Amino acid sequence: MNCLKAAVNNHFTINNKQPKVTFAVNCALPLQQNNRIVLLKEILYLIQKDLVLEWRQKYAFNGMLLYVGSTVFVCYLSFGLRSISGQGLVPVWNAVLWIILLFTSVNAIAKSFMQENRGRLLYFYSIVSPQGVILAKIIYNTLLMLVLALICFVFYAVVLGNPVQDVPMFLLTILLGAVGFSTSLTMISGIASKAANSGTLMAVLGFPVMAPMLLMLIKLSKNALDGLDRSLSLDELLTLLAINMIVVTVSYILFPYLWRS
Amino acid sequence: MKNYWWKILAALLLVFTVTAGLLTEVPRLAILNETIRNLFFHVPMWFGMIIILLVSVVYSIKYLRNPTIKNDVIAYESAKVGILFGVLGIITGMEWAKFTWGEYWSNDPKQNAAAIGLLLYFAYLVLRSSFAEQQQRARISAVYNIFAFFALIPLLFILPRLTDSLHPGNGGNPGFNSYDLDNRLRLVFYPAVIGWTLLGVWIVNVKARLELLKQRLYETV
Repeated sequence: MNCLKAAVNNHFTINNKQPKVTFAVNCALPLQQNNRIVLLKEILYLIQKDLVLEWRQKYAFNGMLLYVGSTVFVCYLSFGLRSISGQGLVPVWNAVLWIILLFTSVNAIAKSFMQENRGRLLYFYSIVSPQGVILAKIIYNTLLMLVLALICFVFYAVVLGNPVQDVPMFLLTILLGAVGFSTSLTMISGIASKAANSGTLMAVLGFPVMAPMLLMLIKLSKNALDGLDRSLSLDELLTLLAINMIVVTVSYILFPYLWRS
Repeated sequence: MKNYWWKILAALLLVFTVTAGLLTEVPRLAILNETIRNLFFHVPMWFGMIIILLVSVVYSIKYLRNPTIKNDVIAYESAKVGILFGVLGIITGMEWAKFTWGEYWSNDPKQNAAAIGLLLYFAYLVLRSSFAEQQQRARISAVYNIFAFFALIPLLFILPRLTDSLHPGNGGNPGFNSYDLDNRLRLVFYPAVIGWTLLGVWIVNVKARLELLKQRLYETV
C-alpha cells in the first residue's frame, strides 16, 4: 500500500463492470505521516471517488431529480395549492415541503451503502480507515442533499408560489436540514444495508431519529416564512447544531464496529 | 439469603408503594386533586425505563468490547423490559392527562417526544428480528442500541424543555419538586422508584437466564 491512487485505479480498470475512474488527486500516502493528515486525505479522496462515480452513473442522480420533480408536481395537482400564499395556508406549504424533503433524503441516502457491492467494500476495508469512510459518506451525502434540497425548493417555489419573507434565513434552514438529514441517515443506512429488508428498515429506523430534527426545522422555516426577527430562531438553531454534533460523534465512534461485520 | 435479599426488598417496596400510594394523605391541590397519586406510578416508570435502558446500553458497549452471548442477551432483555416500562409510563401518563388536561393525547411536546422515543426502541426490535445470523444480529443491534439511546436523551430531557409544555417540570411549569413534593410524598415516591427499578432488574435477570439456558440447550441438542 504505497499509493492509494495507483491501487484503486488498478482495481477499477481490472474490474470492467465498474466505470473506469481516474483521479487527479495526488494521494501519495507515506505510512509514517501524521494520522490526522492521512485521515483527511482519505476523506477527500473518498468524497472525490463518490462524486466521480455519481458523475459517471448519472442515472441515480437523474432518478432523484425526477423523483423530486414528480413529487412536487403531484402535490401541486392534488392539493391545488397555487393560491396558498394568500389564504393563510402557509403552514401547509411549509409542512408539505419538508415532507417531500424527508422522503427525498431517505431515498437518496438509502443507496449510499447499498449501492456498494461486497467486493468493493471489502477492498475499502483493507485500504482505508472506517472513520474516513463514515465521515466521507456524511460529507458527500450532505453535498448531495444540499443540491437536491435547493433544486426542490426552487422548483416548489416556482410551481406552488413562494410565500417566504426571509429568504436567506430559509436557505440557512435548508442547509441545516441537509446537514441534519444526511448525518443521521448515513449511519442508519449503514445499519440498514446489513439487514435483509433494508428498504423498510431504512424508513423504520430513520423516521424516529429524524422526527425531532424535523420539528425544529419546521419551526425554524416557519419563522423564516413569516419573516420574524432572526434572534427568535437562535434557540432552535443551536439545538439543531447540538443534535447534529451528537449524531456525528456517535456515528464516528460506532461505525468501526458496524464496518467490521 | 445473600443472593436474593434484593428480591425480597423489591417485593416489600412494591407492596408498600401500592398500599401507601393509594391510601396515604396527599396535598389537596386544585385540578390535580387525587391524580397527584400518579406521581407514585407514572414517574417511577420513566425513572425505571431510563435506568434499565442504561443497563442495556452498558451491556451493548460491553458486547462491542467483548462479544459474548451473555452480554448480548442481557442487552436485548433489558431493552425489552425498558420498552415495557415505557409503554406503561405512556399509558399511565395518558390516563393522568385525561383528568388534568382534558384529553388522552393533547399534542403536548413531552407526550410526542415520549412516543418518538418508543418508536426508536420498537425499531430496535424490528432491526433485531431481521437478521438470521446470531453474531451479526448481536453486533449491529448493539450499535443501533447505543445510537438510539443517544437519540433518546435529548428527545426526553432537552427538547420538551425548550418549548411550551403542559407537563410538570417543562416549559416554565413548575415541577412537583418546587411546591408540592412534601415529605409525605417523598416517603412513597423514592421507595416506588427503587421498587419498580428492582422489579425490572429482576425480570431481566430471570429472562436472561432463561434465554441463556435455551441457547445452551439448542447447542447441545
